[in-house]
Amino acid sequence: MKKTVSLLLIVLGLTTALYGCKGGKKNSELNSNAGPQYGGSIVVGVQNDIDSLDPHLATSAGTKEILFNIYEGLVKSDENGNLIPAVASDYKVSSDGKVYTFTLRDGIKFHNGNAVTVEDVKYSLERCCGLLDGVVLNSSLKTIESVKIVDQKTVEVTLKSANSEMICYFTSAIIPKDVDTAKTPVGTGPFKFESYSPQEKVVLVKNDNYWISELPYLDTVTFRIVSNSDSAVMFLKSGGIDMFSYLTDDQVLELQDSHQILTGMSDTVQALFINNAVEPYNDVRVRQAISYAIDTKAIVEYVSGGKGTAIGAPMTPALERYYADYSNAYSLDVAKAKSLLAEAGYPNGFTMKLTYPTNYQFHIDTATIIADQLKAANITVELVPVEWATWLSDVYTGRQYETTVCAVTANLAPSYLVARFESTSSKNFVNYNSATFDAAFKLANNTTDDNVKIEQYKKIQQIISEDAASTFIQVAPLNVALSKNYAGYKFYPIYVQDMSTVYKVN
Amino acid sequence: MKYFAKKCVALIITLFLISVATFLLFQVVPGDPVLLIVGTEDVSPERVEQIREQFGLNDGLVTRYFNFVKGIFSGDLGTSYVYRSPVAELIKDKLLVTLMLALISVIIIVLVAFPLGIMWARVTNKYIEAACNVFTQISMSIPSFFIGILVIYIFSIILNVFVAGRYVSYDEDLLGFISYLIFPAIAISLPKIAMVARFLRNAMLDEMNKDYVRTAYSKGCSKNRVMYLHVLRNALIPVLTFMGVIVAEAVAGSIVVEQVFGVPGIGRLLISSISNRDYPVVQILILYMAAAVIIIYFILDVVYRIVDPRIRRNQ
Repeated sequence: MKKTVSLLLIVLGLTTALYGCKGGKKNSELNSNAGPQYGGSIVVGVQNDIDSLDPHLATSAGTKEILFNIYEGLVKSDENGNLIPAVASDYKVSSDGKVYTFTLRDGIKFHNGNAVTVEDVKYSLERCCGLLDGVVLNSSLKTIESVKIVDQKTVEVTLKSANSEMICYFTSAIIPKDVDTAKTPVGTGPFKFESYSPQEKVVLVKNDNYWISELPYLDTVTFRIVSNSDSAVMFLKSGGIDMFSYLTDDQVLELQDSHQILTGMSDTVQALFINNAVEPYNDVRVRQAISYAIDTKAIVEYVSGGKGTAIGAPMTPALERYYADYSNAYSLDVAKAKSLLAEAGYPNGFTMKLTYPTNYQFHIDTATIIADQLKAANITVELVPVEWATWLSDVYTGRQYETTVCAVTANLAPSYLVARFESTSSKNFVNYNSATFDAAFKLANNTTDDNVKIEQYKKIQQIISEDAASTFIQVAPLNVALSKNYAGYKFYPIYVQDMSTVYKVN
Repeated sequence: MKYFAKKCVALIITLFLISVATFLLFQVVPGDPVLLIVGTEDVSPERVEQIREQFGLNDGLVTRYFNFVKGIFSGDLGTSYVYRSPVAELIKDKLLVTLMLALISVIIIVLVAFPLGIMWARVTNKYIEAACNVFTQISMSIPSFFIGILVIYIFSIILNVFVAGRYVSYDEDLLGFISYLIFPAIAISLPKIAMVARFLRNAMLDEMNKDYVRTAYSKGCSKNRVMYLHVLRNALIPVLTFMGVIVAEAVAGSIVVEQVFGVPGIGRLLISSISNRDYPVVQILILYMAAAVIIIYFILDVVYRIVDPRIRRNQ
């Protein structure tokens, strides 16, 4: 027995040492790729199970990132956030911005071999905007007044009111009208649906008839559900999965020798959201004091390993044309924070409740740091961890909270992020209420003049920053670990995993 | 027969009480299943209302409970909110995985713990005793999450015996399925092996000091005969009770180990269903677990009778 134990220990020690050597060697062997090649398969680890295979009913971001490979809209996003024609080969917008005319792509087919018809387009759009049965599946499309088939190649969509950002929402999937996509998912994307086992995996195979004839490269893509991110790191190391996104900074450090670590900008805007309707946060000076007392740069450094992008208003730098940099509007200034608090009638500070969802380590860490930073300004933070379900019902929907750390997602349309600050918005969980904001937002959203639009969005960011509607922290980084056997991964300004450009290298 | 009938009635009453309790519990727990499906996405109020209607969430409490019970008796276990598919269909697959994992774990436990316990009771070498002590003490105190990571690290990353994360379903490759499950089973069984071995050793040592052992020796029985026929048999009864607890636990699915190894079993389904407030699935899973525990204890009672003639005679 004694012998066996010591033998085991020796073997363990040796293999660990050998393993360490192996990691070092791999690095120098890199850079032997010979350009994209076809064939092969990949296993992508994803954290959440999917909620529906029907693209119009799916709501979770984790599902949409997978479905992006199966379904396409009339237009789709490229990696720079530009909209390129997909199911439609071309589109025209009338001068008043109310009529969109789409021309169907020649010869485009669904995965079941049937040609995409204008009837399918009409059905898909009407289903989403509620014209079919009164139930709106995609709120962004509800300004559609009618969908008209002009001829067998052309569809004309008329809006109730002009909306210059509407084209961003025509990324909504086109599905065949006679197939239940929740059971048999059929789209026009680069990959075809093969199988789905709940809690286990989604398997996609190459669409040989994809309209971009050189894509995709891989034959099979398996999205494997790995609910525990520590396991995901082990699976990456053992080769059980080849790719995993949303790694924490610690995990990046652990994997950086054995894997390629790709870092991009995510679509999530993290902030300390403040309930503007409750005491004492209804006083702008209190909100400004909080912003002055929080060192966002330190948070970016600590929780994102310096890879996040500090921001000061609800707009992501990914939307370059509309972005204005307010990240320095409230640089750390504890003295100023204290004097603002004194002015507001809190010379001795106060106790602040900070509610945060416990399912994201990222937010937990941020909340802890904020609690520590605010101490300097005499604000005592009471941390209230809540489960995601409770957060959704009490904080997000019920608006029963003082402050919360969480992230909201961006979209290709610049209005998507800021819309929740409109006083009448159902998503305005911070209870922000500003007439100047409302006016500027309305103008920005409705104008067809691009210059006016850009000017108004920049103004909106200024208003929100001045009002310190919340303390905006950062656009979170997106860390992806990819096995060294693959290349071609592209980041998108929206939450998708485009597997069509990924290929195997030797 | 009378005994069997009595057990069945107890089973039905227990299940009824548990179903009421879980049902009521979820009325108190905060969180709305529809909100969880919608998340922070932009979903129209009509759509939310439609989902609510589809789930039958607009009905009163009593109606919902009644519908649930009625469903069970007509063979309809309900529909998952999240997967929008029948609960029975969803659970069937996962149950098979968990039961297989439980079976492998129990086999490993029995194969390792019993010889280890017997050997441990028999040895007099103090070093071996110390080694057994340390081994069992450590494997009992490591959290199962860490054991899982450790098993992956040693067997997959260092020794390359299996590929962690490449779980294969039984309908794709039965052999691959079983060989993948061996490793999570090791993680499940390690602490249990320690407990069972320790338990068996202590029980045997207790028995060895009893009068009948001395009598047996003085009658001229060999050491092996005394050990296996007399001591082990008497020591087995408390160990069997303990094995019953272990089997019940294994059959209910190991939440942690399933998560760590990415095995789509019942434990993992339960945890995700709870956080998604997928009540129909949680209800059925809890009922299953309760029923499994009761049935296993019933089987255990029967086994007692076989092992111990005294219990047989008393009835």
